[in-house]
Amino acid sequence: MQLASRQYGNIVVVATSGRIDHTAAAPFEQALTPFLGDAAAAGLVLDFAGVEYISSVGLRVLMIAAKQMRGRKARIAVSALQPIVAEIFKISRFDAVVEVFPSIRVALGALSPEARDAFDAG
Amino acid sequence: MRRIRFWGTRGSLPVALTAHDVRRKVASALRDASGRTFASDGEIDEYVDGLAFDVAGTYGGHTSCVEIETGGADYVVCDLGSGLRPFGQAAIARHGLASPQAYHLFLSHLHWDHIMGLPFFTPAYIPGNRVIFYGAHAGLESALRRQMEPPSFPVPFSTFGASISFVHLEPGRPHDVAGMRVTLKRQNHAGDSYGYRFEKNGRTVIYSTDSEHKLADSDESAGFADFFHDADVVIFDAMYSLAEATSVKADWGHSSNIVGVELCQLARAKHLCMFHHEPALDDAAISRVLAETRRFEEITRTGTPLEVSTAYDGLEIRL
Repeated sequence: MQLASRQYGNIVVVATSGRIDHTAAAPFEQALTPFLGDAAAAGLVLDFAGVEYISSVGLRVLMIAAKQMRGRKARIAVSALQPIVAEIFKISRFDAVVEVFPSIRVALGALSPEARDAFDAG
Repeated sequence: MRRIRFWGTRGSLPVALTAHDVRRKVASALRDASGRTFASDGEIDEYVDGLAFDVAGTYGGHTSCVEIETGGADYVVCDLGSGLRPFGQAAIARHGLASPQAYHLFLSHLHWDHIMGLPFFTPAYIPGNRVIFYGAHAGLESALRRQMEPPSFPVPFSTFGASISFVHLEPGRPHDVAGMRVTLKRQNHAGDSYGYRFEKNGRTVIYSTDSEHKLADSDESAGFADFFHDADVVIFDAMYSLAEATSVKADWGHSSNIVGVELCQLARAKHLCMFHHEPALDDAAISRVLAETRRFEEITRTGTPLEVSTAYDGLEIRL
């Protein structure tokens, strides 16, 4: 699995898509790992606009990511959740594990105004 | 098998409603009545039946104790939590003191909340009764005796007047007990716990409490899906949210509603009954979790719907 990424100021935005279930969770974890150790980034926003479903195994990957990011005092957020995925975050209480925002722009603004300005500048 | 009857459904520690909790329920019911008048007791009952369960009832506070009515003469019970006391009292009320009965008691493990009801199990003190303890832990007998020794309890185990015996059940292969086929599976919990698969006359009940599921291990998930396969009812440890079970409460030996639904869907089980409720949750919170879990089942459903319920002290599920 390859994850598309873009840098806005000091924040990295990583986009993923499809179903993050028992089949996709391990490749997702593997693809996400390099972004978690990126010391240049003060935060990571996962663009979930294309994610249709996430299972417990997929959520576990986010838990690991959140722990790693917090360990180096960096922030992690997800943005643009589809309604079903947003419900899964709420029911599993993962909305308390990672910050959830309605869009990439709002997420960037919350994590770093500098990153939002970079996003607005295109 | 005919029926499952829950005598204790709370995890870790018994809890009781406080005066404040009862007051809040009464106030809520009166608020909902909103000036209604009731011409008869029947109208009152009808009104109460229409209230939400967490207003008109309570999930209860006894620790784990579940009776399976097999259709045979003997009693079958899973775990000896504080719910064992009202179970024993009900059995005596039904049969009287002079009618000997046999009690088959299956233990998931030996933690205190799962054995604390035994000293208060009156049928064990009555000569003529038979009490048979089943489990896979080598220390089963010593654990039950130890909790009835000074300074923990003033009445020793040896006071029991019933005929007492212990049967070790090896996990992974079926055993014939009380007319049922019984299979045990080792579960991830401090000191190990064991899940039970009870089968009789084409009906299957799973009792799987105090069991943590490691999500990264797909072999483990497949093993439990196989153990639960096509069960009529899966009684499942859903003590924590998934977020808690994978973070602050990881390695505490318990599971979540989310994993319960996923495993039951994988196993093509018919009914998930959430069990071993977190003592910190009040009735409203447990009702909320039930509604959310039903919604999660709905949005993740790929085949036949899975019935989702949550256990309460007094709940009966007909098989």
